[in-house]
Amino acid sequence: MAEFKHKDIIALRDLSKEEIELLISTAENMREVNSRDIKKVPTLRGKTIINLFYEASTRTRTSFEIAGKRLSADTVNITPSSSSATKGETLADTALNLLAMKPDIIVMRHAVSGSHYFLSKKVSCSIINAGDGAHEHPSQGLLDMLTMKDRFGRLDGLKVAIVGDITHSRVARSDIQGLTKMGSSVYLAGPPTMMPPGAERLGNVTVCGSMKEAIQDADVVMMLRIQQERQGKTLMPNTREYSRYFGLNPQNIKLAKPGALVMHPGPINRGVEMSSFVVDGDQSHILKQVENGVAVRMAMLYHVCGGEMAE
Amino acid sequence: MADNKLKTVILDNSGIRRALTRISHEILEKNKGLSDLVLIGIQSGGAHLALEITNSIEIIEGERVPVGSVDITLYRDDFKSQTPHKSVGKTDISFSLEGKRVVLVDDVLFTGRTIRAAMDALMDHGRPKVIQLAVLIDRGHRELPIRADFVGRNVPTSIKENVEVIFSDKQQPLEVVLEK
Repeated sequence: MAEFKHKDIIALRDLSKEEIELLISTAENMREVNSRDIKKVPTLRGKTIINLFYEASTRTRTSFEIAGKRLSADTVNITPSSSSATKGETLADTALNLLAMKPDIIVMRHAVSGSHYFLSKKVSCSIINAGDGAHEHPSQGLLDMLTMKDRFGRLDGLKVAIVGDITHSRVARSDIQGLTKMGSSVYLAGPPTMMPPGAERLGNVTVCGSMKEAIQDADVVMMLRIQQERQGKTLMPNTREYSRYFGLNPQNIKLAKPGALVMHPGPINRGVEMSSFVVDGDQSHILKQVENGVAVRMAMLYHVCGGEMAE
Repeated sequence: MADNKLKTVILDNSGIRRALTRISHEILEKNKGLSDLVLIGIQSGGAHLALEITNSIEIIEGERVPVGSVDITLYRDDFKSQTPHKSVGKTDISFSLEGKRVVLVDDVLFTGRTIRAAMDALMDHGRPKVIQLAVLIDRGHRELPIRADFVGRNVPTSIKENVEVIFSDKQQPLEVVLEK
């Protein structure tokens, strides 16, 4: 059985296939805690977790907070509107000040890619990445893989289509890193303005010329959110045109394998990436992803606390 | 593992069978039948043995008692010395424990710390009427005030020795070995 020896989880790129398998299998068994009346185990009693979110988030922050609480850790949330970042404090200073309060884990979301690597060199506690710029979102990648494994019993040999704004998507990067390590084939589609150069070099990844090509016979169709807050107005003429070429609807979903999984990291722009028929349809596993998110984050918190440099 | 250790078989397959059959009879006698009785095995050895005892009770009484398993990893008291953390096993209790007569099953009773953790885990699934403990081997060296209600074999050991129940690929108990 693989061992998890990392102090931090910053990117799925840094983890081996065996370590990813370990996190997923721990998460599978964590779900039992979430299904009972008393949803709490004493495992991380006395540990302090700070959720430091420089970017808006409801789902991920709540999920990390619930995950910490279910393991009996004390969780504290810090958001930029109420923090000293608005008063001009640097990330390093904020981190050192937080460290003086002796947290065991800092869960951070930050708009700058790679900021967690910088932070990890400054502080001794564990760092978990809850999303950094356009780099990675490892907990989302893990929960996506868990949701797929639930449905198919494996990840090896699956055809996974990821459609949308690949350039700005840290979810896509974590999914690509994780899925290709686990033996899935990833097919990307999106407007040329949203496709990063060199995407095909990320591993077993095929860049498709159209959405149709990507979702043809796919086991999983992962639709990405159009990140209007990040991209400005220059990348696409309007959302209606986007939806026509890169939206998932009851017609084009038939190209995928019968019973293919439909996933979305949320929040959804209904009628843009996906029609409401698909969002609320039988194949949609979006809420299952959210449910698995808590278990995956419990597994991440559990294993970083046992990492070699923890203590 | 270290193969240069001296291994002695202290209980063979038929010995295990006889011990489990006797434990099954004792469980039925002490609880006056099957009413409200449930078996919970501790992962992984105890879970396999709990199934064996359930089968044996079914042969005696013609009825099957509910059986589940509990993984105690999340309830351990030695996280500080456990780095890296062990992977978490499966807890599978698909019925309520409220008011039930729970027989907790483990393969080897040693310090008692595993049993303490398992009892805490069970309490989080409801309030059983009573918890009893059945073990195949009691090797002594308790560190907590815990004793077994049903014991297959008492084996006096040195603290340095190791007692292990060997299972087949199909999770059937094969033999019990003592490693010196």
